[in-house]
Amino acid sequence: MSSQPLLHVENLSREFDVSKPWLNRVIERLPEQHLRAVDNVSFDIPRGETFALVGESGSGKSTIAKLVVDLIRPTRGRILFDGKNLPETRGREFITLRRRVQMIFQDPFASLNPRWRVGDIISEPIYAFDLTSQLKTSVTRRVEELLETVGLAGRDRHKFPHEFSGGQRQRIAIARALSAMPDFLVCDEPTSALDVSVQAQILNLMRDLQEELGLTYLFISHDMSVVRHMADRIGVLYLGALVENAPAQELFRNPSHPYTRMLLDAIPDHEMTGRKRKPVKGEIPNPIDPPSGCTFHPRCEYANDRCKAEVPHLIATASDHYASCFAVEEGRLPKAEAIA
Amino acid sequence: MNDVLLSVRDLVVEFPKRDKVLTALDHINLEVRRGEILGMVGESGAGKSLTGAAIIGLLEPPGRIAHGEIVLDGQRIDNLPYGQMRRIRGRKIGMVFQDPLTSLNPILTIAEQLIETIRTHLPMNEKQARERAVELLEEVGIPAARRRLDDYPHHFSGGMRQRVVIALALAGEPDLIIADEPTTALDVSVQAQIIDVLKRLCRDRGASVILVTHDMGVIAEAADRVAVLYAGRVAEIGPVRQVVKDPSHPYTVGLMGSIPSVVHDIDRLTQIPGSMPRLDNIPQGCAFNPRCSQVHDRCYRDRPNLIAVESKPDNQVACWLFDERASS
Repeated sequence: MSSQPLLHVENLSREFDVSKPWLNRVIERLPEQHLRAVDNVSFDIPRGETFALVGESGSGKSTIAKLVVDLIRPTRGRILFDGKNLPETRGREFITLRRRVQMIFQDPFASLNPRWRVGDIISEPIYAFDLTSQLKTSVTRRVEELLETVGLAGRDRHKFPHEFSGGQRQRIAIARALSAMPDFLVCDEPTSALDVSVQAQILNLMRDLQEELGLTYLFISHDMSVVRHMADRIGVLYLGALVENAPAQELFRNPSHPYTRMLLDAIPDHEMTGRKRKPVKGEIPNPIDPPSGCTFHPRCEYANDRCKAEVPHLIATASDHYASCFAVEEGRLPKAEAIA
Repeated sequence: MNDVLLSVRDLVVEFPKRDKVLTALDHINLEVRRGEILGMVGESGAGKSLTGAAIIGLLEPPGRIAHGEIVLDGQRIDNLPYGQMRRIRGRKIGMVFQDPLTSLNPILTIAEQLIETIRTHLPMNEKQARERAVELLEEVGIPAARRRLDDYPHHFSGGMRQRVVIALALAGEPDLIIADEPTTALDVSVQAQIIDVLKRLCRDRGASVILVTHDMGVIAEAADRVAVLYAGRVAEIGPVRQVVKDPSHPYTVGLMGSIPSVVHDIDRLTQIPGSMPRLDNIPQGCAFNPRCSQVHDRCYRDRPNLIAVESKPDNQVACWLFDERASS
């Protein structure tokens, strides 16, 4: 196995133009407005691992997912998949890279075409990427195999999406992603529309597939317990910036950034271990007009004048553990109570 | 004073279809005591929200209560005429819906909506109602309430909007609040704040809350007792600690095992095979029998009712495993 990560994200930024229409700007003398959804984010995902992005709504999780699968293009920065920058590739190479990166969406009710039969939905990538010649079997047989891989029956290919429950539809979405024979899956909140017992089935399935097919996952979720269960490494996003990046166990055992601590403290104690849940203070600020300095300072109890003025960068707090916080850097943050 | 505020007895809700009648709620029995939070959990389609809708009299036709009774504070409310039920709604029972965006009117200010609701239920003039509105907003934890009173719903964030909705539900000073997935549309970080508000209400006002949710974490944290619903029936009901820590019904056991832990490393989550049956396809006997690991003959034949569990006072389980006559 090469030491090169499968996905390398470097100084990735994406801005959206949220200005009013040109005529309004001229008449009302308003400047252009830009919203920075992703702000200078860097991370690596080694082959066969799961990297999870967590954060509140509006932190830029889904924007990163779209950038990685090239549904939108970055404003600045690079995304190297297997050493190649996807927006720069052309022709056959571009198509091959596109094939190798597939996506699973949050809402299985919206991501499957209701007028197509399941067999057509799953076989579309096979035709789109012209994989028929690479198959050892017929396309029909391949579709049946895929359905069986995700725990459905081969004959289900004749049915329409509405005949399935939410969990089964998510299985169909996974089968569709797998039919392109990818090695990298971007999963944008794949279980948050599902009930817990069904969520468990899908999470187990995703882990089995990872083992069997050697898949690499970018896993996006707001649910810390799901993330802990799935991820090898976790990146915590706040207002588009990565504030902490650490191996999953280390992050839960030894959270550095005050925001990560806040998120961990807010996990409901469903196991009733007697852990006290601390309600979070404040809410995520408006990204059009982010706070100065460290964007977390209005909600942070350790903030001082430096935090209000300067922007912190990721620094190593332990081996392989990075956080962007002046309080951590200056050592004025008390040790966190580990929850796990 | 009577300890029980609301009691639901043998409630059956049906939806007549062209060729058959679907039974969505099948003999639901539960009680809500004064000042307690009763959690109601279950998967989608288990009948959680429907139970709430039946209690507050907002069943959508053709849904109808076919059997049973709902008694609030000694008064039977399931058969009241529309006009009388309207007075109970808001005054005696408040409701908080899942989506704070759709439960507020976007073209009226918060003040207008609160004052209208307050004056519908309480004999107050405009000025008094406005003062009351400020108090309510402060009570649910909205900072600078007086200044924010004339804002429109879109000025508020999701969590703040849900607080406004709770304030609206409180306007008529109800004894019972039905909160239908009040935290589902919100971030985890905001969830804790809303749960805190609900808990404080119970403590300070002595109001009871029926907390409908699919999130076991929310239940574990907020509820005093919990009812687990499955396919329109109560599978297990009891004090939250017992149900969460030491569940009895095989379904509850599976449900608890399927939640990923933040404390322990689990390699594989317990999964309950299959999914909940559709209403037109509920199996004979115990509705859980196709997915149950401890199923035996009787489960295919007879439908279990709630049975007291010997070792656990206050706990009731609808499962034949706990029927003493069978085991002895």
